[in-house]
Amino acid sequence: MSDTTLHILNRGPNQAELLNHCLDSYSDGDALLFIEDGIYWAAEHYAEQLSQFHCFALKPDLEARGVSASGIQTVDDAGFVDLCINHSRSVSWT
Amino acid sequence: MKHFLIIARQAPYGSAAAREALELALACALFDQPVSLLLLDDACFQLLPEHKPAAIQQKNLAAMQQSLPLYDVEKIYICEKSMHQRGLQPELLSLEVVPLDAAGMKKLIREHEVVINV
Amino acid sequence: MKFTLLIQSAPIDSQSSATALRFARALLAKGHEIERIFFYRSGVQSANRLALAPQDETNLPLEWQSFISENQLDAVVCIAAAIRRGIVNAAETARYGVEGDNLIEAAELSGLGQLVAACAASDRVVTFGGGA
Repeated sequence: MSDTTLHILNRGPNQAELLNHCLDSYSDGDALLFIEDGIYWAAEHYAEQLSQFHCFALKPDLEARGVSASGIQTVDDAGFVDLCINHSRSVSWT
Repeated sequence: MKHFLIIARQAPYGSAAAREALELALACALFDQPVSLLLLDDACFQLLPEHKPAAIQQKNLAAMQQSLPLYDVEKIYICEKSMHQRGLQPELLSLEVVPLDAAGMKKLIREHEVVINV
Repeated sequence: MKFTLLIQSAPIDSQSSATALRFARALLAKGHEIERIFFYRSGVQSANRLALAPQDETNLPLEWQSFISENQLDAVVCIAAAIRRGIVNAAETARYGVEGDNLIEAAELSGLGQLVAACAASDRVVTFGGGA
């Protein structure tokens, strides 16, 4: 398994600087999972800004907030677990 | 044995965050795990010299910070951009720091198996 | 794989503790192991037996209690963070000469060393909450 990182972001646009740190820390092969209030980044409005990053969004949190993920893969809790397995470490940006 | 990276983002004294990040870093060192500390955003202010928190009835963070080198945590990493945004220079800070740009942050994360944003 | 979970935010004030519990359930459902669940910073409130929920709301400390005991998991609440925030067991209140205790039975109070040891022994560490 290659040495990659799953970045988990749970805050939305109020904490844009947090997203910036997350993106600065993102290396080739990493993944970025939006959860909780972070799922707002998964909306159409931010799609272009995030197009070079391998992004995922957690379904229960999208549903709760009435947001549709635009062009990024959605995962359920089991998928969240799989992402953690597939990457050697996780970093929660919180 | 794992390499721990503790990331702090909060200013000192306004919340327990700064102290609790330092406590975790020290705990890693005490239990013989190599640990690095990375300061982002307002956490850069933790290294301003001359804290006098007696006026707000809190313990001085400096005592904990000064014990970091004693536990082999010799390098404090700091986000270059966060420092500049806040008008801070490494020379003015109370401990020796290693400023990092984005490439440096990517590399630092890859060098640690356990990364905890406190 | 063996996981250590770290929870750093309180229920109600943050969604993180609830997310962590859902994640923990999903982990076990997929056949993974939980080395330890560690509550730090405001996350210690997840172990507050005296948090009460109206009938139509989720009582997260009660849910953590059930989940931990039913699955015989190792759950530790950071003692330094807990006592300062009023999450205490009988031993601590006796030590400080006050009445009462509210720590959920399934968790024990201990030091950060338990978090460090668990992370060192795990394949994966996932953290929930923290920040301001």
